[in-house]
Amino acid sequence: MTLKEQFIFNFIEDSRWKHLLKGLGNTLTIAFFALLIGVVIGVVVAIIRSTYDKNRDSLARSSNILNYYAFACLNMICKIYLTVIRGTPVVVQLLIAYFIIFASSTNGIMVASIAFGINSGAYVAEILRGGIMSIDNGQFEAGRSLGFNYIHTMIYIIIPQVFKTVLPTLLNEFIALLKETSVAGYVGIIDLTKAGDIIRGRTFSAFMPLFTVAIVYLAMVMLLTWIVGRLERRLRKSER
Amino acid sequence: MSDNFLIKTTNLCKYYNGGKIKALNGVCSEIKKGEVVVVIGPSGSGKSTYLRSLNLLEHPTSGTILFENTDITDPKTNINLHRRKMGMVFQQFNLFPHMTVLKNLTIAPTKLLKMSADEANKKALQLLTRVGLADRADAYPSQLSGGQKQRVAIVRSLMMNPDVMLFDEPTSALDPEMVGEVLDVMKELAREGMTMIVVTHEMGFAREVADRIIFMADGCIVEEGTPDKIFSEPEDPRTKQFLNSIL
Repeated sequence: MTLKEQFIFNFIEDSRWKHLLKGLGNTLTIAFFALLIGVVIGVVVAIIRSTYDKNRDSLARSSNILNYYAFACLNMICKIYLTVIRGTPVVVQLLIAYFIIFASSTNGIMVASIAFGINSGAYVAEILRGGIMSIDNGQFEAGRSLGFNYIHTMIYIIIPQVFKTVLPTLLNEFIALLKETSVAGYVGIIDLTKAGDIIRGRTFSAFMPLFTVAIVYLAMVMLLTWIVGRLERRLRKSER
Repeated sequence: MSDNFLIKTTNLCKYYNGGKIKALNGVCSEIKKGEVVVVIGPSGSGKSTYLRSLNLLEHPTSGTILFENTDITDPKTNINLHRRKMGMVFQQFNLFPHMTVLKNLTIAPTKLLKMSADEANKKALQLLTRVGLADRADAYPSQLSGGQKQRVAIVRSLMMNPDVMLFDEPTSALDPEMVGEVLDVMKELAREGMTMIVVTHEMGFAREVADRIIFMADGCIVEEGTPDKIFSEPEDPRTKQFLNSIL
């Protein structure tokens, strides 16, 4: 068969392209919500961990010693979260989420979004924590000396600078996340990869569907890279 | 009467490494309203630690700091409220690099004092005009010279209407030709009656502007007095040695 015939056979006949389109939609949905969840978890965990690291002394001295214990406890929870999530494969986490934790849910897309989001959050948290620790202490001091409390200093002054410096590393994580969603097929979700595989199973021709899937992933990653690159250039405006 | 001083420290101590290093070793001092106090001393004498303790950027190991009759070392005190009244200028400027000059100036008053954006912008431009930087309002800190950065940093503190300004070696990171422009701004502030505590190596500034000079060594105040007295007839041998080595 020529390429053209293969293309017609794999995608046009029986409207098999609809599988791919549906799969692409699911992949994007999962990746998008996982990214949101991951960033939120990441910011929170990174702030808790770096706050504890930077302020352990003053927390221990604070009028309310309960604050100190609460923070120590939160920090410990964060550390356990990071250890467990980074220490186990994402497929296993997905299976556990789907078959055990959310066993009663029939919304696979939602379960997968949450599972991938929780997974990504651990990596985002450590990327951001590295960024927070790299900001000059003078920035904290300037914020605090104006009268901002610790959290406001973080939100208004530190985190915006952190995002700028960690953007390339963060993009790495987002790319990894987007491609990792390709294991969603394990729990019966028809994502882009699974859709390609379904076509392959129907047509018994592997070349066209699998390469198409690969090219679509590649295109998405290139688009993402381009968008982040533009964002980066905009943020770098302040550096002359 | 306790009302005629703005800041009073009693037996201020700051120890590191469990007491092995005594950065501050029982500093008692009183700063009156409207006074310009210059703190001098050899490096490692504790003068920066003393200044940074006053707004609790360094937390003293023991001792008390009364600011406007409130003990700010008391853990129950909300230090964030008192810091608004204490402007701080750093050696390294510490401007926020991701914000324009205008945003650097307005972020604290708009967020903390609930000043409207219009009002804050207006005030920022007024102050910028006074330090000769009105045309740089939309620049980013990286586009400014050292002297310009420090003038912006001073204005940033002034935006909060502080009752006292703390200067931590404000000209030490500047090229020599830029020192003057920053000192001029500080002199004008002093003339207007701002209470100022300045840690500096600029002896000319100290002599001209200070009401009182505090000489520190080894974490203690060794000697204090008017510039005339300290520079002309220092009593303590350490003061003499220090002045001999720099003048």
